[in-house]
Amino acid sequence: MPERSGVDKDVILSCQAVHVRFGGVMALTDVDFDVREGTITALIGPNGAGKTTLLNVVSGMVTSTEGAVHLLGQDMTRSPAWKRAQAGAVRTFQNLEVFTTMNVLENVMTGVHRVVRYGALSALFKTPAFFQGERRCRELAEEKLAFVGLKGDWNLPAGELPYGRQRLLELARALAAQPRILLLDEPAAGLNTAETRTLAGLIRRVRDELGITVAIVEHDMDLIMGVSDAITVLHFGKVIASGTPAEIQKNPEVVAAYLGEEAE
Amino acid sequence: MKSSTLRQLAPVSAFYVLVLATPTLLSYDYYYLSILTMAGIIAIIVMGLNLLLGFAGQISLGHAALFGISAYTTAVMTATYGFPLAVGMLSGVGLTAVVALVVGMPVLKLKGYYLAMATLGFGLIVYIFFNEAIALTGGPSGFVGIPQLHFGGFTFDSELSYFFLVWTTVTVVLLISLNLIHSRIGRALMALHASDKAAQSMGINVARYKLFIFVLSAIFAGIAGVLYAHYLSFVAPSSFGFHFSVQLITMVVLGGMASLWGGIAGTVFLTAMPEFLRAYENMEVIIYGLILILCMMYLPQGMAGGVSKLVALVRRRLGRA
Repeated sequence: MPERSGVDKDVILSCQAVHVRFGGVMALTDVDFDVREGTITALIGPNGAGKTTLLNVVSGMVTSTEGAVHLLGQDMTRSPAWKRAQAGAVRTFQNLEVFTTMNVLENVMTGVHRVVRYGALSALFKTPAFFQGERRCRELAEEKLAFVGLKGDWNLPAGELPYGRQRLLELARALAAQPRILLLDEPAAGLNTAETRTLAGLIRRVRDELGITVAIVEHDMDLIMGVSDAITVLHFGKVIASGTPAEIQKNPEVVAAYLGEEAE
Repeated sequence: MKSSTLRQLAPVSAFYVLVLATPTLLSYDYYYLSILTMAGIIAIIVMGLNLLLGFAGQISLGHAALFGISAYTTAVMTATYGFPLAVGMLSGVGLTAVVALVVGMPVLKLKGYYLAMATLGFGLIVYIFFNEAIALTGGPSGFVGIPQLHFGGFTFDSELSYFFLVWTTVTVVLLISLNLIHSRIGRALMALHASDKAAQSMGINVARYKLFIFVLSAIFAGIAGVLYAHYLSFVAPSSFGFHFSVQLITMVVLGGMASLWGGIAGTVFLTAMPEFLRAYENMEVIIYGLILILCMMYLPQGMAGGVSKLVALVRRRLGRA
């Protein structure tokens, strides 16, 4: 177990002693969670363990009551969500948040927002910077749509895509932002077995081909054990184990938490 | 990219040709032209409001006040203090932008009904100011003697010249608005409308984009304001009250949210309709209301939505035949 250190250069995301209180409820208690660069690191735990809350703390949707969040070498404990995304920590959502009114391609082009920039005046008066930027935007978006394997009509309103494809679209949109760390919130929720298998392959390719670090919150054990390099287990808002998939599978406390028994 | 620019430029050019032909089509009837000139001025505000409401999803019930601030500023600058027209007009638009910036910073933190209430409050305060600052604005009886527009040696003193001036401005504003929505900024605006959370997760500074589009829509209202003041050469507070703000929203919704073309159509329709209903004196308001209700019942997507539905229907019929 690495000790609490944000100084380790390999650690791209480090949550230190994070506490989150919602009114009288302690959602997270003294949670440490590190993600090393170049890994796929999973966060698992039974329902209500606080996994999504921790992901929200990391992405800036929820501010921790106590503790620190170091992202990409900066203390971002109090930074707003958009700043964290600008810095290169981009997330997806458990309950899909695609831009339903925009078409498929525009959704992914919105992902490129932080990568390709030109100013408001360029947009209003269509300067050469606009044309150059838009061409690049479209190229990157098409590239990411091809990467996740989303075929079909990209001019379709995103809201009309079937569920599984909206998941892929969200992934493509997040990848278009060229994150350094990708935060996936239950990406397999609502997918069938075949789709989940495809997803597992995709997540591995995100790490191997794009070189993006992945932190993933998930319920699907097969998926997690198959893709993760490291796993942290949350139970009632506390970390009960951290380690490799093999270690986690053998850990009696984890087994007990999942089977609903008291740990000895 | 070039082809998409062409696809956008073609309808705007066609639109401008229609603008140029309109006086001939109306056989130079100055009464109709004056109605259309007013409609054009309002359409400039409506396009800005459409960017704000239809695209970015932020409501404002204060746009009549922003329109008024600009109109009064250029009136006071040119008529009371004798500044050149260009200075008066620039300060009108400039002050409107500054006011929008200062008001928008705190107010745009609110959402939905609360934002509506706050902008409504702003509108009321400005309205009361127009009425009470009599030394400056002339109070409820209005401000008279605003000079006519002239540039170089040319004076816009005829109905026809002002019609062209206003509708050329409409066309330019339409073009840059279309440019904006088909850019990364337009996508950011639509994104924050669809999902605030997801937009932030893409690195979009939601607060800054809301403020940007609020100020830009205020600038449009400001441009309309100076055109209005120098067109009528008279302004009064009653033109800039709550009622007009609601009318502006109605025009956006009736024309079609998130459709700039629809907004223009809605504005012309709602500006011209009362003039044609004048024949039915006492029934006027009732018929006006009835038309609105029927439109919203049968065209929930506004006029723009109705047209695209019609086009789809015709296409399907033709395809079957």
